[in-house]
Amino acid sequence: MELREIIELLDCDILNTSFELNRNYEKAFGSDLMSDVLAFIHDETTVLITGLVNQQVIRTAEMIDLKLIVFVRGKVPADEVVELADNQGITLLSTKASMFDAAGILFEKGLRGID
Amino acid sequence: MRFEYTVTTQNFTTAGEASSNTKKTLKLLGIDSKIIRKASIMAYEAEMNIAIHSEGGKILLDIEPGLITITALDQGPGIENIDLAMKEGYSTAPHEIREMGFGAGMGLPNMRRCADTFDITSNPGGKTCVVMTLTI
Ligand SMILES: Nc1ncnc2c1ncn2[C@@H]1O[C@H](COP(=O)(O)OP(=O)(O)OP(=O)(O)O)[C@@H](O)[C@H]1O
Ligand SMILES: [Mg+2]
Repeated sequence: MELREIIELLDCDILNTSFELNRNYEKAFGSDLMSDVLAFIHDETTVLITGLVNQQVIRTAEMIDLKLIVFVRGKVPADEVVELADNQGITLLSTKASMFDAAGILFEKGLRGID
Repeated sequence: MRFEYTVTTQNFTTAGEASSNTKKTLKLLGIDSKIIRKASIMAYEAEMNIAIHSEGGKILLDIEPGLITITALDQGPGIENIDLAMKEGYSTAPHEIREMGFGAGMGLPNMRRCADTFDITSNPGGKTCVVMTLTI
C-alpha cells in the first residue's frame, strides 16, 4: 500500500517533510511497547502505529530502519521529536482514528500484520 | 578499534544517542545491514536499561576482524536476581517509565536473542556488565 493511500484512508495530517507519497508499505504493527517493536518487526516496509509520541519512539524506529510512524487519536509529538524524525528520514503521520480503528481500516484495504 | 559512548541516567532526551552513534559507526565501516540491525537492537536495549535502571554508565563498541563486541557497563545498583531479570515479561520499571513505552520486560531477552554470545554479570549493590558479540 502506498503512503498516499494510507494518508487518505486514515485522513492523516503529515507532520514533517520526510515523505515519498509513492513509497510502498506491506505490513503494520500496532504497539506502545518499544521492546515489542524491536522484537517483532522484521522488515522496513512495516508501518508502526502507536499512541506514544516521545523521542524514544523515533529512536526505536531508527534502530530497525522503519520509515513510517502513524500516531493515533490525534496525537502530535513535540517539535524536537519531529525534527529528530526528519533527520532520520522517518515519515510522521497523525490520525484522529484510534489504534483499533486505524488498524482495522488498513487491514481491510490489504495491509497485513507481521508474520 | 574501540568506540566509547556515555549514557546518562534518567535523561530521556539523550537516551538513544549512544545506539544511534553505534549504528552510524557500523554503517560507515560498511558492516552488513543484517548485522547492523542486530547490533542496533542490542545497543539500544542495553542503553535504555542503563538510562532507566542504573545510575549511568557507558556503551563500548569494539570492532575487530570477524567480531563486533558491544559492552554495556554501568555504575550500579546491580541486579538482585539475574535469572529473574532474564525472564520475558519480568520488569521492575515504574509507572512513568511504562508510560514512555518501556517496561515490557523484553529488553534483556531481546539482546540475548540478537547476540551470538551473551553474558551478563551483576550483583546487588555492584555494577552490571553485559557483554554481547556478533560474528561478522
Ligand atoms: N543495567 C541494569 N541495572 C539494574 N537493573 C537492571 C539493568 N538492566 C536490567 N535490569 C533489571 O532487569 C529487569 C529486566 O530488564 P529488561 O531489559 O528485560 O526489561 P525492562 O527494561 O524492565 O523492560 P523493556 O526492556 O521491555 O522496556 C529490569 O526491569 C530491571 O529490574
Ligand atoms: Mg530494558
